[in-house]
Amino acid sequence: MAFEIDAKDLHYRELNKLIRKAIAEGHKHLVLKNINGQRYIAAGVSAEVDIDIYGVPGLDLGAFMRGPRIRVHGNTQDGAGNTMDDGKIIVEGMAGDVVGYAMRGGKIFVASDVGYRVGIHMKAYMDKVPVIVIGGKAGDFLGEYMAGGVIILLGMYSRYPERPIAGIFLGTGMHGGVIYVREGVPETQLGAALQIEDLDEEDEKVLRKHLEEYCQDLGYNLEEILATKFVKIRPQTHRPYGKLYAY
Amino acid sequence: MEIFIPNKEQSGCGLSGIINRKGELIKGEVIIESICCQMERGNGLGAGYAAYGIYPDFAEYYCLHVMADTKQALKDVEEILAHKCYLVHQERIPTRATPGIVSPPRFWRYFVKPRYEGELREICEGTVDEDDYMVELVMFINKNISGAYVISSGRNMGAFKGVGFPDQIANFFRLEEYSAYIWTAHNRFPTNTPGWWGGAHPFTILDWSIVHNGEISSYGTNRRYLEMFGYHCTLLTDTEVVAYLLDLLIRRHGLPLELACMALAPPFWQEIDRMEEPDKSVCTAIRVVYGAAMLNGPFAILFAYNGGLVGLNDRVKLRPLVAAKKGDFYYMASEEAAIRAICPDPEEVWCPKAGEPVIVELEPNTIPNQRSYLRGEALRISAPICRFPSAEEDEEEE
Repeated sequence: MAFEIDAKDLHYRELNKLIRKAIAEGHKHLVLKNINGQRYIAAGVSAEVDIDIYGVPGLDLGAFMRGPRIRVHGNTQDGAGNTMDDGKIIVEGMAGDVVGYAMRGGKIFVASDVGYRVGIHMKAYMDKVPVIVIGGKAGDFLGEYMAGGVIILLGMYSRYPERPIAGIFLGTGMHGGVIYVREGVPETQLGAALQIEDLDEEDEKVLRKHLEEYCQDLGYNLEEILATKFVKIRPQTHRPYGKLYAY
Repeated sequence: MEIFIPNKEQSGCGLSGIINRKGELIKGEVIIESICCQMERGNGLGAGYAAYGIYPDFAEYYCLHVMADTKQALKDVEEILAHKCYLVHQERIPTRATPGIVSPPRFWRYFVKPRYEGELREICEGTVDEDDYMVELVMFINKNISGAYVISSGRNMGAFKGVGFPDQIANFFRLEEYSAYIWTAHNRFPTNTPGWWGGAHPFTILDWSIVHNGEISSYGTNRRYLEMFGYHCTLLTDTEVVAYLLDLLIRRHGLPLELACMALAPPFWQEIDRMEEPDKSVCTAIRVVYGAAMLNGPFAILFAYNGGLVGLNDRVKLRPLVAAKKGDFYYMASEEAAIRAICPDPEEVWCPKAGEPVIVELEPNTIPNQRSYLRGEALRISAPICRFPSAEEDEEEE
């Protein structure tokens, strides 16, 4: 049985107290109604729990969290998944800027567009590999300073027909991880010292695995998504600026 | 006026703006609810509002909102106004005692017209030069009268601002008693400049008003540039330059709105290199001619005038801005939640691109003294949704 919280006119501090209390009492499924702009929802929560959010959650949704599976039935604002460690955020609408900032594990699935600097400084370690899948288009600086993990950009479910699939400065300062882009991206959008490659067998496996889960969660057609070729963007070296200050 | 030096704990300011394209009046409560949804974005060291269409009885007169520390300062201002203007009406701006609002200055408003002397009177009265006259007058008062500042000077509009949270400032100025067809609001978190009554947003000149989230690191360059044209920065806050730049570029130099926005947030040279003609030449010219008007640093701004509301980001979008529409209502804010708080079911919600303005003008001939600064066809606006009237509407009119 889901535990419901009506968040109308609740400050984020009270709301998060209620969330933590419900989890401590053993509830495994929370439903948050009338959310509008409350910050830090489920931030730092370390538990296996499903959270359904109705409304627009505020900044830093699920920051530092380890474990919760959050589904946002609508749009979300900036900084969702900031430094998250594990768990999943599913956004049925669009997401704001700096989604997945310094993310180090878990998954963020966005049905539509995302803003600027998404996946900035995300990183991977051993078996902890963060994943962001974007169904729409991305603003500038996607994967900036990226050190590890996977970003998949589809460009299919966008509200901005006039925009390129990704903004400029894509992967600026990127020195690890990989960005897959459906149908490819003009080289003019890329930051320095990156290369665009075809996918190998290993890539195809990784891509299919993540997209299968993405399609299950958001009800998209996997074969339709995979019907078109993807390209892979990765840094030419893991130390692109290693010689910058070596005179 | 007391000046509060902020500590360096960082956050971001909050913005919100509403316009009704048919000129329908919107109650003060609406904008208050929207900006208060972003309470976390400020720290109590400043809040303010701009309202358009609030003085219909004196729509032909410039309304000067004056903030003064002392009776003497106010008297000095009145003496200047008596010499320089025809004064049709003056009154204390209604306020109420509000918990948390400490030692507010005096607020008065004056409805005036320029008073030309001698021959000038025949040449200038009732012409566009009246605007220049008023700018000069506002600059003179702000620069020379100690402890008094003109905080807005447009026709049929006014700015209300001070040190406090947005709900406190709204209560202090009894904003629920006003209705406007454009509202902008600001919740301040001063970072590099002091929190004081004059430094709260909006900043204004004539009917231009601007609220800003971010910091303008080119302030020194912009300020020196503006001084060459007779604008003096007296309010100790970076945002002030934007109000004067808008007046200079759009009203005095006659740039179309989109080009002025381009001067403030120009494309990178590498983007210009890839453009086709004539865009390439236009962008190059703007960057060359208006280099000193470029705003460096992160910003999201909302500015308004008698006829429109515009939202603009810096060219790499270092501050948030969201827009939405429903019917004739258009909304712009730092956070989507601030829009949903007053419009739960917008028809469209979108995030404007970096450096690309969202322009919403009233339908033609909606209000007295209405201004339109679109001046021709859309330029470098890749998203049709970011410009109202749209290209189709333009055609219909033709």
